[in-house]
Amino acid sequence: MNEKYIYIFVMWAATYFVRVLPFTLLRKPIKNQFFQSFLHYVPYVTLAVMTFPAIIKGTQSIYSGSLAFVVGIILSLKGFSLFNVAIACCVSVFILEMFI
Amino acid sequence: MNGKYSFSNPTNKSVFREGMKDGFPIGMGYFAVAFSLCIIVNNAGLTPFQGFLSSILCKASAGQYAGYTVIINNEPYIEMVIMMLVINARYLLMGCAESNRLAPDIPWLMRLFMADMVTDEIFAVTMSRPGFLNPYYTFGVGLVAGPLWAVGTALGAMVGNLMPANIVSAFSVALYGMFLAVIITPAGKDKIIACVVGISFIASYLCSVLPVISQISEGMRIIILTIIIAGIAAILYPVPIEEDEA
Repeated sequence: MNEKYIYIFVMWAATYFVRVLPFTLLRKPIKNQFFQSFLHYVPYVTLAVMTFPAIIKGTQSIYSGSLAFVVGIILSLKGFSLFNVAIACCVSVFILEMFI
Repeated sequence: MNGKYSFSNPTNKSVFREGMKDGFPIGMGYFAVAFSLCIIVNNAGLTPFQGFLSSILCKASAGQYAGYTVIINNEPYIEMVIMMLVINARYLLMGCAESNRLAPDIPWLMRLFMADMVTDEIFAVTMSRPGFLNPYYTFGVGLVAGPLWAVGTALGAMVGNLMPANIVSAFSVALYGMFLAVIITPAGKDKIIACVVGISFIASYLCSVLPVISQISEGMRIIILTIIIAGIAAILYPVPIEEDEA
């Protein structure tokens, strides 16, 4: 039980450290092009890596998870909102799993 | 604290109220995303209170998701630290941009609170205001959106335990659906981002099945792949430097 609180504390401390640096010590803008570009790409890579293959492993069947992955990509490309994409993924898993 | 920055100053009060108003739609979005963290929060063995606590402190969706995977796999604390530094590194840039727009005489305590409220969405609305930033605007947004994020997490953790298996299964893809919307929508308009995302999918899959590499903890794999792929992309396709942009 205590261990969870330590994890939460460490998670907060490291996150806040990143946030507070520019407001305290590093008050000049970071002009390094590599660093800026790196940070530009970080969210895309991280979210992609966290999404796949996890999306097909969390569902009861690998097929329903795969369907959600495909549905999510198609609807995102068509410009549907975050919320609608998420709902469509859930519904497609729910429906497919009624048949398998 | 001098009068200019006191809450009793009527300008600050009205700016604070404006912030709260803008914080509401952001908070509703946060609530939905936080709720969809329910499955991973339960898998991490966190109580609703612990879910609430982690959310009110961290306010970082991708960061928290990654943090919960560290908890699930019971990985060392140092891995949690590295993970947060890498995944939340973008907040450094956002913080620089905000910090540069603060009046030089702003009290330190306010700087510390401003730092706590750097999230993608709060950053966006904060920076959209002209001139020197009034911290009370950001505080207004954060004090509405932050608690909604935390309450959403706590409710998700409560309800998650009660849901039948087929609902859990369907709901488990909600968060990934949102992640897909975040990365695929811009990928449709930018070929480089599309390549980065595609390579990340393939690399992530390979790392989860290949011998040896798949033995590395999930958290470490996320860190390593992020540094390598984003690093190579930054070398091959540097983005133009912008003053105020993240």
